[in-house]
Amino acid sequence: MKQKLVVIGNGMAPGRALDKLFQIAPDAYDVTIFNAEPRVNYDRIMLSPVLSGEKSFEEIIIHGDAWYEKNGVTLWKGHKVVAIDREAKTARSERGVVASYDKLIVATGSLPVVIPVPGADLAGVLTYRDLDDVNAMLLAAQSGGRAVVIGGGLLGLEAAAGLKERGMDVTVLHLMPTLMERQLDEAAGHLLQKAIEARGIAVRTKANTEAILGTDPALGPPRARAVRLDDGTEIEADLVVMAVGIRPNVQLAKEAGLAVNRGVVVDAGMRTSDPDIFALGECAEFEGQCFGLVAPLYEMANVVAARLAGDPAPRFKPSALATRLKVTGVDLFSAGDFAEKPGRDEIVLRDAAQGVYKRLVIENDRIVGVVLYGDTADGAWFFQQLKDGADISDRRETLVFGPAYAGGQALDPMAAVAALPDDTEICGCNGVCKGAIETAIAQFGLTSAEEVRARTKASASCGSCAGLVEKLVALSLGDAYQADARKPICPCTTFSHEEVRRVIVGQALKSIQAVMQALEWKTSCGCAKCRPALNYYLLCAWPEEYRDDAQSRFINERAHANIQKDGTFSVVPRMWGGVTSPAELRAIADVAEKYRIPTVKVTGGQRIDLLGVKKEDLPAVWRDLNKAGLVSGHAYAKGLRTVKTCVGADWCRFGTQDSTGLGIRLEKFLWGSWTPHKVKLAVSGCPRNCAEATCKDIGVVCVDSGYEIHFAGAAGMHVKATELLCRVRTEDEVVEYVAALMQMYREQAAYLDRIYKWAEKVGVEHIRCTLTEDEAARRGYFERFVRSQKSAQIDPWARRAAGEERREFVPLELPRMERSMEIA
Amino acid sequence: MGFNVEQWADVCAVEDIPLRGARVVKTPAGCVALFRTFDGAVFALDDRCPHKGGPLSQGIVHARAVTCPLHGWVISLDTGRAQAPDKGAVRTRRAQVVDGRVRLLVAGADAAAE
Ligand code: SRM
Ligand SMILES: Cc1cc2nc3c(=O)[nH]c(=O)nc-3n(C[C@H](O)[C@H](O)[C@H](O)COP(=O)(O)OP(=O)(O)OC[C@H]3O[C@@H](n4cnc5c(N)ncnc54)[C@H](O)[C@@H]3O)c2cc1C
Ligand code: SF4
Ligand code: FES
Repeated sequence: MKQKLVVIGNGMAPGRALDKLFQIAPDAYDVTIFNAEPRVNYDRIMLSPVLSGEKSFEEIIIHGDAWYEKNGVTLWKGHKVVAIDREAKTARSERGVVASYDKLIVATGSLPVVIPVPGADLAGVLTYRDLDDVNAMLLAAQSGGRAVVIGGGLLGLEAAAGLKERGMDVTVLHLMPTLMERQLDEAAGHLLQKAIEARGIAVRTKANTEAILGTDPALGPPRARAVRLDDGTEIEADLVVMAVGIRPNVQLAKEAGLAVNRGVVVDAGMRTSDPDIFALGECAEFEGQCFGLVAPLYEMANVVAARLAGDPAPRFKPSALATRLKVTGVDLFSAGDFAEKPGRDEIVLRDAAQGVYKRLVIENDRIVGVVLYGDTADGAWFFQQLKDGADISDRRETLVFGPAYAGGQALDPMAAVAALPDDTEICGCNGVCKGAIETAIAQFGLTSAEEVRARTKASASCGSCAGLVEKLVALSLGDAYQADARKPICPCTTFSHEEVRRVIVGQALKSIQAVMQALEWKTSCGCAKCRPALNYYLLCAWPEEYRDDAQSRFINERAHANIQKDGTFSVVPRMWGGVTSPAELRAIADVAEKYRIPTVKVTGGQRIDLLGVKKEDLPAVWRDLNKAGLVSGHAYAKGLRTVKTCVGADWCRFGTQDSTGLGIRLEKFLWGSWTPHKVKLAVSGCPRNCAEATCKDIGVVCVDSGYEIHFAGAAGMHVKATELLCRVRTEDEVVEYVAALMQMYREQAAYLDRIYKWAEKVGVEHIRCTLTEDEAARRGYFERFVRSQKSAQIDPWARRAAGEERREFVPLELPRMERSMEIA
Repeated sequence: MGFNVEQWADVCAVEDIPLRGARVVKTPAGCVALFRTFDGAVFALDDRCPHKGGPLSQGIVHARAVTCPLHGWVISLDTGRAQAPDKGAVRTRRAQVVDGRVRLLVAGADAAAE
């Protein structure tokens, strides 16, 4: 006689198990299925195409009514099982149907997580799990309006794309800094965000939902009208979709007394703690792990089918997972794992023109993780290599190019460029084709990409073709080509500082990741050389918009104090123009005593240095100094350091002008600005030059008729007297010329070039001409400087004393219990 | 507690360590630097540069390495070794992430993975 098999839940996992069972043991069981959803088995994965309108529900059905008939399966649609009686071996549905079993499969899937914020139960707040959810979203979308999707993972983004496709205004809120952070690295997450935004969907990361606000109850039953974030922002929403995660649906199994952790606990044979009951799918937990993608669930299905057919051999073994985002036009693939284990290495390929990013994570000569963005054609191949644990040591060089090159001869990136026809357009902005570039190289004997740019304008605008131009030069010159004619910033890139700066402005790139992608960085997150440079360039180009990246700053600029050899810090408050007061001196003395600061020293820059401060004391030291009106002296900054002065006309018998006052005025005007390297000024009251103005980055020497402005001096490793910029008559003019010079330097110099280095490169005469003869240019620089100062003149000490970046200054400690223990 | 029993101490949430950044943990055995790399991996090293003892936790973190803030040696977070041409190594510690919490191995047979 046939045995009775009852299945609770009619999702993708048991669907596959039954297919398999009917294949290997067609007549073994009488099957009864209960399904809470009032419908047949369908492909849940394809709900997003139904939402977006690319597919109809009929197209995603896996088992139509005929299948149940053919296989003699009784399907109770819309019957939720509410009780399992393990003594009597029966299952009972809410609507009173009781079925008895010899074997039972629990396949209740997952429930979407609802974040418990006020308003989560309002009408208009949905989750995304089944066809009913899709139908509800479609209904809401009919009247257009605004949707907010909470959750920037796979499901959330698919829902957002679908709703946008259906005509809604969509905002995605994501708690983490980058989208799909569990499947993607930062670089790919950033590209994804750009692509999502490009379809008109607003994305807010680091957005923590605090409440969902309802309409006025006086106007009828309340429904969602807005989402409020914890920073107080309110975003209007007629529809709110929560897609923040899933949790195994285990209530029923728990009530039946089966062993349950997060999911229903199963062994490698998918058996629960009751040998006649199997659990399968997202509701099952194997070796502490639950699964949310179908590939492993299908593996489980095969095991269950075999076991039901009497074969005890197959055992479930979870394998690596791959994810693809099903949003048309966004090609994204990720597989394996790229975190939490030492001993790993990466291979990165970026193609800015094609919008491609590929990253392979290698461990012991094997691929353990893959992220592909923009071109996912090779995803399956990489994934296979990953699953096979294939040794890739012999084709490491070409691996990232995919199967086309695998095992073949080493790829010559030059060959591709050489093969381009002559009329291929290389520089889209300026319409320069390959032939024109080659002709120019031959005709004028050009030897560098710079020269090609000057001659043909190729890569002079947005710069995205600079790599191609470079290769063309190399090709044309053959052995004569010297790659180091132009120095790359660091080994992460082939581009020079100047090129990078041009591209940042030309292409309006506004984040480190955007620059790295556009210029095809060879590493996924740069190094200690390029990151600080990029951070500065972005800050300089977009003073109002760019958010400084603390992790791309050298410790001194991150902690706003100078690190010392023993790991303590030094604190140098500003002393405007070198002038102080009894109150300031008293505050400094008090702080030194209170925090037991070992050394107090007068610096070479006319101010006082407190040396040997413990890092965790810094915010408190600053708070005390702030109280006396003392602010950061930026002694740590690539920025304005000191403005030294002499006593000048106020006291000195030779003084011609108020050099002290002018120094203070300049310092108050210039402080806070970030620059390529440090900038030091001095103002002397007469040509005796007691403030040593003629060896500073910028120096002013007062004379009877007005002021001499000097620049490009040095007194460190090189000693060099300044050059004269010009003579002016008024203090106002000094301020304008000096600020314009600062801005020109800020916009042009390579990171870590002092003014004298920069002047050496672009020419002293060029700077002098621009600032003294081209009034419009000077005004432009001046005004841009003033604008940038608006967001720069904020005392970083006051902010941190008030609690900003707290974790930078607070050390972690071991919990009390372990503190006594030796750390091994 | 036997010598071979691993003892892990809960230190902080993963998010408490800035991405591409570090935190320092004070322990009875000296300061340990916890790093979180761009890809979310967490590493633990003694907070002393093999060169002149610089606090590695204060350096810039890039790929799976940190550049010492004092004289710019580049130290591998995997192995603790200095990148050539520099020579030397700092002791690595074992850290792991469980349910979003960072744990440090404080006792056990091979607590230090040198
Ligand atoms: C504190 C001070 C020495 C002192 O006790 O007097 C000092 C201390 C340091 N100087 Fe200096 N310099 C100090 C005045 C100078 C001066 C004199 C001046 O400013 O009039 C010079 C020559 C002028 C110049 O800059 O051209 C000077 C030329 C340098 C250089 C060489 C720069 C160059 O391009 O050649 C460096 C190295 C660097 O910046 O790369 C340097 C670097 C340093 C560093 C930052 C070294 C470091 O990276 O740790 C020292 C930081 C100690 C600290 O924690 O405060 N320091 N340093 C002076 C602080 C002035 C201030 O109030 O801010
Ligand atoms: C929009 C969306 C997109 C997705 N995209 C992908 C993707 O690209 N790739 C991928 O691998 N995975 C994807 N998934 C996940 C995948 O769909 C699931 O992993 C898979 O469907 C789970 O199958 P299951 O059989 O365990 O559970 P489910 O398919 O959830 O089935 C469980 C069924 O049991 C029913 N049920 C629950 N309790 C009871 C009860 N007490 N009595 C009777 N019936 C009950 C439920 O109504 C439900 O129909 C996606 C999921 C969604 C929602
Ligand atoms: S001269 Fe050298 S030792 Fe003295 S403070 Fe400057 S950098 Fe340090
Ligand atoms: S102490 Fe680290 S590099 Fe010198």
